[in-house]
Amino acid sequence: MIDTIRSLGRWGLGVFERLGRGHLLLLEILRGVPELFLRFSLVIQQLSSVGVHSVLIILISGLFVGMVLGLQGYNTLVDFGAEESLGVLVALSLVRELGPVVSALLFAGRAGSALTAEIGLMKSTEQLSGMEMMAVDPVRRVLAPRFLAGFISMPLLAAIFSAVGIFGGFLVGHGLLGVDDGAFWSQMQAKTDWYEDVLNGVIKSIVFGFVVTWIALFEGYDATPTSEGVGRATTRTVVHSAFAILGLDFVLTALMFGDV
Amino acid sequence: MRQSKSTEITVGMFVAAGLVALFVLAMKVSNFTDFTDETGYQVVAEFENIGGLKVRSPVTMAGVRVGRVAAIDLSPTTYNAHVTLNLYGSFDTIPTDTAASIYTAGLLGEQYIGLEAGAEEEFLKDGDVIELTQPALVLEQVIGQFLFSKAEGE
Amino acid sequence: MPLVKIRDLHFYRGNRAIFDGVNIDIHRGKITAIMGPSGTGKTTLLRLIGGQLHPDKGTIEVDGQNVHTLSHSELYELRKRMGMLFQSGALLTDINVFDNVAFPIREHTKLPETMVRDLVLMKLQSVGLRCARNLMASELSGGMARRVALARAVTLDPMMIMYDEPFTGQDPISMGTLVNLIHRMNDAMGLTSVIVSHDVAETAEIADYIYLLSGGKVIEKGSPVQLKRSSSQWVQQFMQGLPDGPVPFHYPGTDFSDDLLNGEVSA
Ligand SMILES: Nc1ncnc2c1ncn2[C@@H]1O[C@H](COP(=O)(O)OP(=O)(O)O)[C@@H](O)[C@H]1O
Ligand SMILES: [Mg+2]
Repeated sequence: MIDTIRSLGRWGLGVFERLGRGHLLLLEILRGVPELFLRFSLVIQQLSSVGVHSVLIILISGLFVGMVLGLQGYNTLVDFGAEESLGVLVALSLVRELGPVVSALLFAGRAGSALTAEIGLMKSTEQLSGMEMMAVDPVRRVLAPRFLAGFISMPLLAAIFSAVGIFGGFLVGHGLLGVDDGAFWSQMQAKTDWYEDVLNGVIKSIVFGFVVTWIALFEGYDATPTSEGVGRATTRTVVHSAFAILGLDFVLTALMFGDV
Repeated sequence: MRQSKSTEITVGMFVAAGLVALFVLAMKVSNFTDFTDETGYQVVAEFENIGGLKVRSPVTMAGVRVGRVAAIDLSPTTYNAHVTLNLYGSFDTIPTDTAASIYTAGLLGEQYIGLEAGAEEEFLKDGDVIELTQPALVLEQVIGQFLFSKAEGE
Repeated sequence: MPLVKIRDLHFYRGNRAIFDGVNIDIHRGKITAIMGPSGTGKTTLLRLIGGQLHPDKGTIEVDGQNVHTLSHSELYELRKRMGMLFQSGALLTDINVFDNVAFPIREHTKLPETMVRDLVLMKLQSVGLRCARNLMASELSGGMARRVALARAVTLDPMMIMYDEPFTGQDPISMGTLVNLIHRMNDAMGLTSVIVSHDVAETAEIADYIYLLSGGKVIEKGSPVQLKRSSSQWVQQFMQGLPDGPVPFHYPGTDFSDDLLNGEVSA
């Protein structure tokens, strides 16, 4: 009994310690961000591996999610004779929820895990230590550009996801199911609010990008420097990111759309 | 460490694609364009009850949108809702004795303000007040009244 | 005044004392060797000097500055003047040999690319790998990687350089060259060198002064000649590589026969 409580306590302390280290690391990373604007080529390089390499999966997933929304939405709406509202349904679902959330989940799996593995391996092969001894701060030189790149990439990826998804919904709705295209677009425009819906969705994706990149970098930087340790850190990145995205999505949704 | 040109180009294309997507979401998907032509003039109307009316709800005349709700306050003296309407500048020939009512689009749809033109020769201008108003139909009240009158009738 | 002054150093890993009251002086312009069986904490000592680890007690001064009371930026300024050659080489794996050697120059100076190129080729030439400059770090053998790392460690002409096991994994020819190179750089560039090693013969050949570490303490110190003539059994065993003697080969713990007889089967 005592042992259980003790191990629970130890676990709790461990969690708090990690949280503390995570926040300290974040502070250091943020301190390194301003000087990046003088060496933006470092960020561009990371935008390539973090952002560009995630585009394909975002495009394909976005298109299919939009097409499925079109099909499912149509089947439901047609019972009420409201299939003209398909555009609204597709656009609102994507812009408010699915765009930011699904693209963040994909981003965590595609770019976040890669970041963790890369940083973890750099740690285990003493590359980070080596930099420190060359008087190059790895947090500023390695982590900060990756952080900024993730932060910039996420809202762009989410926007691409939503836009492609709406197009997919339109393809199915208009092309396959024959919903009037004028009604599709005009109803969508009338009911989708630039501020309430689009901007809030963008804010969500910015928050998700921040958190996922932070988790990924911290897990890599804090990984046990062995192949097993890096493997576990990579898994943790994906799992913790997913929790963080879904939990934060609830909080943000409640804050943004809650008090209507 | 020098990066190749192709990296820069692909990153440029990526950022451009993201911005285009944002632009599409703003212009094509949402009502962002409404904000640009919102120069106009403001008039005020007092309602006994506005139901579910919100800021930015549409204001229409014969079904055509002529403006939006700009602000909603509670009048401290009359305890009525004090609604500021923003009417588009192109609709500058709305008579001063126009009536404003709050309607619901469909049974459960969103609420909007409908204007019915009066007969005056003078037109509404910035800062004017619409005197004739009709409050929102609150479904619970309507049902309540209906049941009450039924009960009385028996 | 010595360049590095270590006083009463204590350092623990868990409950195990890696250093238990160590005093070491490293003099300017000399080659000082730190020797001892593997696992005694030689690498740990270099990390303590470099400010990557913090001592539990005691002080380490480099060039008159206490390494562990410096601010972040002061520490990084100091590190610009220290080179360190890691046991693994610690080369950056996403760039090639040339860029690795150029890395500290590009990070810390604003020299034009043509000068960077000249400098890098010069350093690579001295370790015999000028023509391997387009290989990626993963395409190098351990010995080659260490030589590239050496070239990188000296690109900024530091005041001191710490070598962690520079000789392991080198074939006899490059071993000879390397010994020579370390010696030459020390004399020509006025470097102060710290060599961590357990290769007795090579180290004794070039070291001016040797510290022998074991069990968290300095067991013996002196010039190579003094050590070879030492009357201590321990020193004799280590310097001659004899299997039997006072140096424990085993990681400290319980007796082997006890372990066999009373061992509970775990897990
Ligand atoms: N990260 C670590 N955590 C716990 N113990 C460590 C760690 N690194 C090294 N040690 C222990 O410290 C001792 C000294 O290690 P090290 O300095 O690498 O020895 P060496 O003299 O062979 O270079 C070893 O016995 C090792 O078990
Ligand atoms: Mg070692």
